[in-house]
Amino acid sequence: MKTYYNPEDLKKFGTIGELQKSMADKFFAYYSEVFAEGALTAREKSLIALAVAHALQCPYCIDAYTTDTLEKGCDEEQMMEAVHVAAAIRGGASLVHSTQMMSKIKEISM
Amino acid sequence: MKSLKAQLHSLSDPKVEIDVLEQRHPGGSENDFQSYLERIGLFPLRPTSLEIFQVNVGKMCNQTCKHCHVDAGPDRKEIMDRDTMALCLEVIRREQTLNCVDITGGAPEMNPDFRWFVTEIRTIRPEIKLIVRCNLTIILANPKFYDLPQFFKENGVEVVSSLPYFTAIRTDSQRGDGVFGKSLEALKMLNAVGYGVEGSGLILNLVYNPSGAFLPASQTGLENEFKKKLWERFRVMFNSLFTITNIPISRFLDYLINSGNYENYMEKLLASFNPAAAAGVMCRNTISVGWDGFLYDCDFNQMLELKVAAPSTTHLRVWDTDGLSSRPIVINNHCFGCTAGAGSSCGGATL
Ligand code: SF4
Ligand code: SF4
Repeated sequence: MKTYYNPEDLKKFGTIGELQKSMADKFFAYYSEVFAEGALTAREKSLIALAVAHALQCPYCIDAYTTDTLEKGCDEEQMMEAVHVAAAIRGGASLVHSTQMMSKIKEISM
Repeated sequence: MKSLKAQLHSLSDPKVEIDVLEQRHPGGSENDFQSYLERIGLFPLRPTSLEIFQVNVGKMCNQTCKHCHVDAGPDRKEIMDRDTMALCLEVIRREQTLNCVDITGGAPEMNPDFRWFVTEIRTIRPEIKLIVRCNLTIILANPKFYDLPQFFKENGVEVVSSLPYFTAIRTDSQRGDGVFGKSLEALKMLNAVGYGVEGSGLILNLVYNPSGAFLPASQTGLENEFKKKLWERFRVMFNSLFTITNIPISRFLDYLINSGNYENYMEKLLASFNPAAAAGVMCRNTISVGWDGFLYDCDFNQMLELKVAAPSTTHLRVWDTDGLSSRPIVINNHCFGCTAGAGSSCGGATL
């Protein structure tokens, strides 16, 4: 069956440089610097990435960062809590906009 | 759950396992372990010095963990007899470069001559590091084992025990229902006699290995996490945590194949190949002895029935120090498990 998403494509991520090398090189250099141990631990960054992956609903990133968080020593509970953080922010971001709706209601109502 | 052997499973045959490791290896033979060693000038792999004598006293075990590389279980009857232990004792007496005897299994305590063997080793070499790989639940399996913590203490044994995680769900999924609870109880019994307690001199180390097709986290980070969680939640103490990579043989190989993770896992091991870890693999300072007295480069080769490649000896009956120290170590693609990332050995990460 043909699908838009193929797990094998994740492994090909590194080949994006074939069409634009210097930008890809810069991106990957940046990427690895971002995820290195820093003011945040590599483990904390991996959990953030997992949460963001869910917010963006990127199957490649979910695949990659599920494995990565496990390999950074996170457990199921911590991972699910991270996803809830993403969900809460997404839900909150929708809901907080309802204040606009409420103002507008006021504005145009008698 | 039965052992692969009792199930008459094809993967209980080492030839079939080796066939999988060779035929289904990602990248084929140009990417096999030998070619990786050749590229860094480590082939043939040779021993450095003989320091660790690891004795597998049998495959019998009270547990049947899903990932077990020994394919151990209650249905396994292969255990070391006293005559073979006596041959081990001769080597331990003679080889003065040995600084560690590491007793493993199965559950070594189930061997009826286990206590005799431990006390003899202690008498012969009062100073040597003497490790027993204790699966914890054995201590509670039968009243005759309740005094094991005291026995270990009297013989200056260093206890190394598996605890895949500080939660029941992860531990039980790998090691069997109820194992986590019993393991904690056993850990508390060990703590009670002083094991893992600062200043006691009694060492209790834990082993973490991933409960699935992924690599272990960094040893120090995970050790801190384990210490914190085990203390806060259960008031349990231990000394060090060893992170060990699952080697793709036996029941873990069966799991990898059945779950469709085999190729991905091997690719991951290959991609994480670390030359420094390759230089520090444990087979370079270890001899592993099987229950029947045959000699191997490590416990994994033992389970694959790959005997030492020393021309003069493959059995304890003809121990030949020089022949063994100049042997080429027998390798295959399962060895990628020892060289990934920070390296992996029976003592945890090597780097
Ligand atoms: S991993 Fe250890 S405790 Fe589990 S079955 Fe194998 S020998 Fe027994
Ligand atoms: S599996 Fe055994 S022989 Fe292979 S590298 Fe590891 S310790 Fe050495």
